[in-house]
Amino acid sequence: MADYRKMWEDLGMDVETHDQLCAVLPQAFGDVYLSQENRPESMDYYNMVVADIHGIRPAELIEHQKAGGKVFGTFCIYVPDEIVFAADAIATGLCGGSQFWVPGGEKVLPTNTCPLIKASVGARIDRTCPFFRIADMYVGETTCDGKKKAWEILAEDVQVHVMNLPQMKRAKDVRAWAEEIEDFKKVVEEFTGNKVTAEKLAESIKLINAKRKALERLYETRKNEDIPISGTDALLISQIAFYDDPGRFTQMTNKLCDELEQRIADGISVFPAGTKRIMVTGTPLAIPNWKLHNIIETSGGAVVCEEMCTGTRYFERQVDERKATVEEQITAIAERYMGINCACFTPNEGRVDDILRLAKEYKVDGIIDVNLKFCNLYDTEGYFVERAMKEAGIPVLGIETDYTDSDAQQLRTRVSAFIEMLNN
Amino acid sequence: MYYVGIDIGSTASKVALQGEKEMYFVLPTGWSSKETTQTIKEKLLSEGVDVHADGVKVVATGYGRAAVGFADYVITEITCHARGGREMAGDSCAIIDVGGQDTKVIIVENGTVQDFLMNDKCSAGTGKFLEIMANRLGVALQELFDMAQAGTALPISSLCTVFAESEVINYIGEGSKREDIAAGVVDSVAAKVAQLGRKKDLPEKVILTGGLSHSTYFTKILSEKIGQKVEPTENGRYAGALGAALLAREKPR
Repeated sequence: MADYRKMWEDLGMDVETHDQLCAVLPQAFGDVYLSQENRPESMDYYNMVVADIHGIRPAELIEHQKAGGKVFGTFCIYVPDEIVFAADAIATGLCGGSQFWVPGGEKVLPTNTCPLIKASVGARIDRTCPFFRIADMYVGETTCDGKKKAWEILAEDVQVHVMNLPQMKRAKDVRAWAEEIEDFKKVVEEFTGNKVTAEKLAESIKLINAKRKALERLYETRKNEDIPISGTDALLISQIAFYDDPGRFTQMTNKLCDELEQRIADGISVFPAGTKRIMVTGTPLAIPNWKLHNIIETSGGAVVCEEMCTGTRYFERQVDERKATVEEQITAIAERYMGINCACFTPNEGRVDDILRLAKEYKVDGIIDVNLKFCNLYDTEGYFVERAMKEAGIPVLGIETDYTDSDAQQLRTRVSAFIEMLNN
Repeated sequence: MYYVGIDIGSTASKVALQGEKEMYFVLPTGWSSKETTQTIKEKLLSEGVDVHADGVKVVATGYGRAAVGFADYVITEITCHARGGREMAGDSCAIIDVGGQDTKVIIVENGTVQDFLMNDKCSAGTGKFLEIMANRLGVALQELFDMAQAGTALPISSLCTVFAESEVINYIGEGSKREDIAAGVVDSVAAKVAQLGRKKDLPEKVILTGGLSHSTYFTKILSEKIGQKVEPTENGRYAGALGAALLAREKPR
């Protein structure tokens, strides 16, 4: 690992506290990832990215800034990266997935806020994550009450632009979202000094579509009877997609897919035949939150799909590439993003349809519906998810958890019992 | 052949022996599951059952299941309780298990687990809650139940054991009758357990297992709160261990 201390100091980070995080991550990664057997060789790239998670990519972002470019930090898959990249800026995901940052967030947020928000705010105010230091502007959205108020707190410390995401999916809401994207484009143009032209936007639409297609290809391999990659590894790739260089990520993921498709042709699976196929649904699993996948896959199950922001919600469906004017392109972008089915919408039947469809496509034996503690929206929607699965005859296990390890044994018991139930 | 089921719970470790000889015993888990496991092994040996012998199959379950090094299989307490409960109540039933650190509702249909629920990591609605409250009132668990039967339940509304304990302390401070406090404590546990049970459609036959399983007083309150009959079981605390022993016999070699 290269020495990035100087870079971290220059970023104004609390390097000493940050060292504690650096000290535990390799162990956690080793326990969860490197202990897996028969991993695809092309996982090496992602291993490297994680090993230097606070080094390599931050250094690239800083280089970009030195050349006059801007970096936008985002927290949600509704925020269109296309606009940012069209202005020669970089968008990077900022969602926190570690308990390490939670106490920092709790200094200013109520305890009954979801760990994702707490970790994200804590990472900023405790100055323990380079990405949070580097981002010139944060882009928030109105996907839940906790976030809306968190932006106000963050805005005292860093420039924040909040996009007003509608809460319903009528035609006028899609139009309103297109307007929001139009406003966002102006903000980005002004902030970067670069014009978002139809040509530039067409390019960035292709760039981000290509990333989605690579992820789609990766997920496609998991539909196979022989499962060429563990869910734990696939989750890592989904997480890395949020902050890696999109072009390089696409290339590396397609390379991995070549290997996985070869594995399928050769009949290679990372799980014994007959391993129960599990789909996890619900709230996102931000990096380095690997707890649930690790428990499932070390308790005799195989995760074959994530119906999550770190999963299918991120990459399914493309933006129409055939539009000529910026206005049309923005409408196409708005339509694509409004097609994501998040529990923040009412009603949100589309999500239940998605889950039923994915359960078929990935031939799942059971569903684990996971809710990050205090995420009221997904928790409440779990009622419909569970009922619909029951009607469809698909067993569901509902789980509520956070970033701590204190419930790991209890979760293991539940997950193991669920898998025993599927095996009987 | 001997089939041994060992259920290492957070409070008590239960052992069921099936096969050529049938017996049950229980001992406190104490602070070390490993040591408890050793004691169990010796106790079985004194009964002529060598856990390492070819003719002896061992299934370990419960929260300390991983500590039983000599187990042939490790199976979760949900599956074992379902198997044991099925033996006690038939092929289609619900088992409500109030354990030392968690409470489960298991629905068995045609002999297999159909669905289950487990309380979250908080200890409300578990044996731990009763234990803490009994300590606070300076009585043993059985006395708590005896006292409760003579009292009128005071409301204990906190979901959290720690806060509920403060409520109990307040009642003590106000000079409330111990019987009424005890009744409130038992009522509170039953309410939490019932809350879990009501989340599922329960079959007609519902039994109680775990350390409180023989208490007709508890099942009476629980039945009222769930809105259907919950039957006590004489050997309900051994449901998990018995299930484990039966699974040891049924596991394909």
